[in-house]
Amino acid sequence: MIGGLFIYNHKGEVLISRVYRDDIGRNAVDAFRVNVIHARQQVRSPVTNIARTSFFHIKRSNIWLAAVTKQNVNAAMVFEFLHKMTDVMAAYFGKVTEENIKNNFVLIYEILDEILDFGYPQNTDTGILKTFITQQGVKSQSKEETSQITSQVTGQIGWRREGIKYRRNELFLDVLESVNLLMSPQGQVLSAHVAGRIVMKSYLSGMPECKFGINDKVLMESKGGKSGQDDTRGGGYVKNTSGSSSTKTSIAIDDCQFHQCVKLSKFETEHSISFIPPDGEFELMRYRTTKDISLPFRTIPLVREVGRQKMEVKVVVKSNFKPSLLAQKVEVRIPTPLNTSGVQVICMKGKAKYKASENAIVWKIKRMGGMKECQLSAEIELLNTNDKRKWTRPPISMNFEVPFAPSGFKVRYLKVFEPKLNYSDHDVIKWVRYIGRSGLYETRC
Amino acid sequence: MGDAKYFTTTKKGEIFELKADLNSDKKEKKKEAVKTVIASMTVGKDVSALFPDVVNCMQTDNLELKKLVYLYLMNYAKSQPDMAIMAVNTFVKDCEDSNPLIRALAVRTMGCIRVDKITEYLCEPLRKCLKDEDPYVRKTAAVCVAKLHDINAQLVEDQGFLDLLRDLLSDSNPMVVANAVAAISEIMDASPNAAQVLEMNSGTINKLLTALNECTKWGQVFILDSISNYTPKDDKEAQSICERVTPRLAHANAAVVLSAVKVVMKLMEMLDTSGEYVTSLVKKLAPPLVTLLSAEPEIQYVALRNINLIVQKRSDILKNEMKVFFVKYNDPIYVKLEKLDIMIRLTSQANIAQVLAELKEYATEVDVDFVRKSVRAIGRCAIKVEPAAERCVSTLLDLIQTKVNYVVQEAIVVIKDIFRKYPNKYESIIATLCENLDTLDEPEARASMIWIIGEYAERIDNADELLESFLEGFQDENTQVQLQLLTAIVKLFLKRPTDTQELVQQVLSLSTQDSDNPDLRDRGYIYWRLLSTDPAAAKEVVLAEKPLISEETDLIEPTLLDELICHISSLASVYHKPPNAFVEGRGGLRKVLPPKSELGEGVVDSLGSPTEPTAQPPQSTVIPGADSLIGDLLDIDLGGPGPSMMQQQMYPGQSQGSAQGGGGSQGLDIFGEGLDNLLGGGPSGADMLGGLGDIFGMPQTQSYVPPQEVWLPAAKGKGLEITGTFARKNNTIHMELTFTNKAMQPMSGFAIQFNKNSFGLMPASVMNIRSPLPPNQGASTSLPLNTQGPVMKMEPLTTLQVAVKNNIDVFYLSTQVPLHVLFTEDGEMDKKVFLATWKDIPSQNEVQYTINNVQHNADTVSQKLRNNNIFTIAKRNVEGQDMLYQSLKLTNGIWVLAELKIQPSNPSFVLSIKARATDVYEAVKQVFENILHN
Repeated sequence: MIGGLFIYNHKGEVLISRVYRDDIGRNAVDAFRVNVIHARQQVRSPVTNIARTSFFHIKRSNIWLAAVTKQNVNAAMVFEFLHKMTDVMAAYFGKVTEENIKNNFVLIYEILDEILDFGYPQNTDTGILKTFITQQGVKSQSKEETSQITSQVTGQIGWRREGIKYRRNELFLDVLESVNLLMSPQGQVLSAHVAGRIVMKSYLSGMPECKFGINDKVLMESKGGKSGQDDTRGGGYVKNTSGSSSTKTSIAIDDCQFHQCVKLSKFETEHSISFIPPDGEFELMRYRTTKDISLPFRTIPLVREVGRQKMEVKVVVKSNFKPSLLAQKVEVRIPTPLNTSGVQVICMKGKAKYKASENAIVWKIKRMGGMKECQLSAEIELLNTNDKRKWTRPPISMNFEVPFAPSGFKVRYLKVFEPKLNYSDHDVIKWVRYIGRSGLYETRC
Repeated sequence: MGDAKYFTTTKKGEIFELKADLNSDKKEKKKEAVKTVIASMTVGKDVSALFPDVVNCMQTDNLELKKLVYLYLMNYAKSQPDMAIMAVNTFVKDCEDSNPLIRALAVRTMGCIRVDKITEYLCEPLRKCLKDEDPYVRKTAAVCVAKLHDINAQLVEDQGFLDLLRDLLSDSNPMVVANAVAAISEIMDASPNAAQVLEMNSGTINKLLTALNECTKWGQVFILDSISNYTPKDDKEAQSICERVTPRLAHANAAVVLSAVKVVMKLMEMLDTSGEYVTSLVKKLAPPLVTLLSAEPEIQYVALRNINLIVQKRSDILKNEMKVFFVKYNDPIYVKLEKLDIMIRLTSQANIAQVLAELKEYATEVDVDFVRKSVRAIGRCAIKVEPAAERCVSTLLDLIQTKVNYVVQEAIVVIKDIFRKYPNKYESIIATLCENLDTLDEPEARASMIWIIGEYAERIDNADELLESFLEGFQDENTQVQLQLLTAIVKLFLKRPTDTQELVQQVLSLSTQDSDNPDLRDRGYIYWRLLSTDPAAAKEVVLAEKPLISEETDLIEPTLLDELICHISSLASVYHKPPNAFVEGRGGLRKVLPPKSELGEGVVDSLGSPTEPTAQPPQSTVIPGADSLIGDLLDIDLGGPGPSMMQQQMYPGQSQGSAQGGGGSQGLDIFGEGLDNLLGGGPSGADMLGGLGDIFGMPQTQSYVPPQEVWLPAAKGKGLEITGTFARKNNTIHMELTFTNKAMQPMSGFAIQFNKNSFGLMPASVMNIRSPLPPNQGASTSLPLNTQGPVMKMEPLTTLQVAVKNNIDVFYLSTQVPLHVLFTEDGEMDKKVFLATWKDIPSQNEVQYTINNVQHNADTVSQKLRNNNIFTIAKRNVEGQDMLYQSLKLTNGIWVLAELKIQPSNPSFVLSIKARATDVYEAVKQVFENILHN
């Protein structure tokens, strides 16, 4: 298991060092600094073996987190843990920076003592950690309080405490999709997939049992087409999945993963998603689809090299969704060669600027309706260089946000049962919102 | 406001000030001081001098302060063991606190203080905490048992903690179960004793599977990893475990997913491969694996390294998922390289067009390593998918036109392999290749180019000039290039003998006289002798048709692959190395996949899982009792023992023409097949060897030499296979050994040692064997032995225990020495002495044996025996029967007398043996049998 955990700043100075096992000595701290942080070459692997000691590291902006071991540990678990560790720190004191770490080092040691025991990860749920690692000194906890804490830390429903009460029972569902695309210059889709997340904010009293229905093919078929009441209300949230050009009723989900509150065995046997939600915001589900994705945008690049000192670029962006809908925060990033000396850009819509520091023309369009087309043309002047190597054009990338789910994902129902308290499913106010964002949305040119 | 200030104190006399503050009455000041101490400790300053003062702060109601003091204690207790005892009382008291958080904290910290004296005090509190009413305390105590075991294993076992720990597996709280499992797994790894106590059975597995549904993600990982070490009793149980584990594949945590994959991959081995259930399992595995590729890059990396193993084991799982492995522009380089590897593995005729387009794109990227690998991948595609070979070649030519130095070199290296795979098809491009001769500065590319020139010397008009130009700087070249140049020029000479004589002489003298590299020298001499003895034979050897090269390269050796599959998700799977290669000491236990259950047996595993013979092949006739060591016996009925046979047996892969790496796709030893392979591979190999044997003046031993046997199968030797036999040559005993490297990396540092044995055998000189020994190559040596070593009587008498060491490990093997090698040359007894001795030995010492089915007459028999130092002293003819009286003497001075009764027309001989030491009878009789039957 994990033998030690170190946090360094960008210079390689140790900010936190916690050793869990006897086989890890102080020299391990230096070994990582010398061989990885100060290494001349770019890091070639997140796992490094130095003198029979293995170092796992991740980097958050300027901060290095390294886990050290001499055993044959579960590597996926170590990385998952390191990522979780940064989440926990962020939940306690915001951004993980050198200053914040130094200012909270006592807290971090306390957390590390709790979430890793002899190198074995323990409960890392921030909600629960915050109930007893407070940094406020110790309030004399009553017996009931402590036993409630310990049963939560170790309990079956570690993610929810008992006795939660709301005057208004309300829940919010966000369907957040990120569309990923890699397109050839000729407009052929090389690969495309949607990575979706369902984020739920629940403000429900008691220990409510929830049942969640979606338009996944497999789930719907096994339910025998049992109609789900779409009883969600509008507001800042859209009531139905409107706008998606597809009218199909069910979609094929390649794979989905759930928050630990979802009863996986029930999902496997009965194809139903049922759970007791944590209080507040959490990620209920992740899914991935690759079939029948409605791509919100298409980019058509045209690059022409005019001699050795000039390039002409023309980019057409087409929106491909219902005209009544509006895409927001549309941004097209057109890479320019390193030896660019000047750029003239003309665009009909939005604003385009050459950003020398980023080696790209950044074209921003605040809003764009469906079924529209915009064009940009640019002349790029190049310096003469001795560099023999041809500049390899990075792909043109796009960012955007659209108010529908490009995968065609739909929430069919979310039912709430709380047998002990007297509120019923109908009393719960439910909101659903669909947002499609660009992931890696690239067109080669 | 923050705590950052504690990091900045650099005043002189700091320690004194801290000391004062620590002893201050003011709580705040104390706390501040402790924080400063911890900050100093973090950055590596030695603050151990403050030990007593810090420990004094331990008695406090302030939990935060207490935790800080504990942190300090854990760090420095070991350096101040006596002082650490001061803390014990507080710990013991805290273990009784009413607050479970404090009880747990105390037992958790106490376990981290690695001072012997403290462990004594730990036992009682720990025992209480293991039965605490609060689950939080119990789960902490469970881990503490593992801590204690690490400090003092004996104590844990004596105090009965193992039983207490096992009881926790039935705890009502899932997290307690999970931590208990983690502790048990660790203890089992460390101590074989404990492993017996904690052995898993189907009952405990059932409990674990129940807890699996309810515990935290980390707990699920512990449980799944532990289940993966369990081998179910039958395929039914395997299937039911699979059914309960598969829901985990939908978990959001990558570690849970991969551990579940590990369990399923392992248990699938036991199930009927063609069955519906396995098919459905295979379908279930792909989506979660693909999803892992949208995780954080570090997790993607772990996933990709594992997918690399999984597709090698079961290529069908991801065969339709090629696209997800396409490289993204912003992927970190380590993800890119791994994706590329998997793309090549998944390439098939169905997706080759797409793959090729991608690879071409990658070959223009910036990162040099990535570009090289992409170019290499294009070549691999050509070799793997024949219909696409032409397109691949033209893509490679395009890339060569870019004139980017490393692209060109890499392309040439792969084109060499394409030429090997498709001879006489793409020679038209040689001209283009030759244009780039000057830019090649890497040994591998130079060697490849030289190979191409040599191979197609007859079609390149100026081949001699080209090779000559390389020859100018011969001494400065890398060995790889030198060897290649030597071979290429010899090839050229054999093809165009008229005008290249000078060149060949030049290179032969350069390699044999001016080089101090033994490999080069030896190869030079071989060519030289071949050419001077029999040029026609040389032609047959050097220009022989080459065996095909395999399509798949870089495959992990099957036994290693199986082991790594058992380690999915762990570091071993990331390194692609067995754990003992990077973990010290313990944990050396190899994991193996479970055998197929009854149902699955007989179903041919289309994926070519390890072909370890399940049934023992017929046992050797020479060495009874050694069968336990013999993994896959050579077929010794093939006829007389001889080097040619030996070679054939040693390179079974190559005689099938698909030897991995035999073609040297790595260019390591491109013409390594020059001799070795041809001997084994070519149909005329055996004949040719006769000639070679003469050249080398191979000693023709007349005494009986049993055929070489496998003493150490590769599976047990971590890839090292040892075959051997014994021979008596020139009055000395020799151990004839052949080492074959069946692992993927070179082996070196060989050494040998004998255990004490009945005849005091020991090596008379240091073992001299080729080192390093490259993968898929064999090397033979003859090790002279003497009998001056320590003596210890073995059972059976002729047992010899040998230890062989190499850079990987030490291996132990046991073999039987055929007794006749111990017969001395001076074993001929005077006739009178013989008679006297015969009478002198009491008749109850006489034993009779019948040797059946001997096809020789008395004269040939005595000749044969004489060759093996069994001397016929007298011959009598009694009533038509031939009576031979014989004597022999063992190295340790024991005389054995024998009488052999031969009846004409009766193939059964009667052998009577008399000696003072009756122990040797069995072995002597064995010798007679072997010699007479040979």
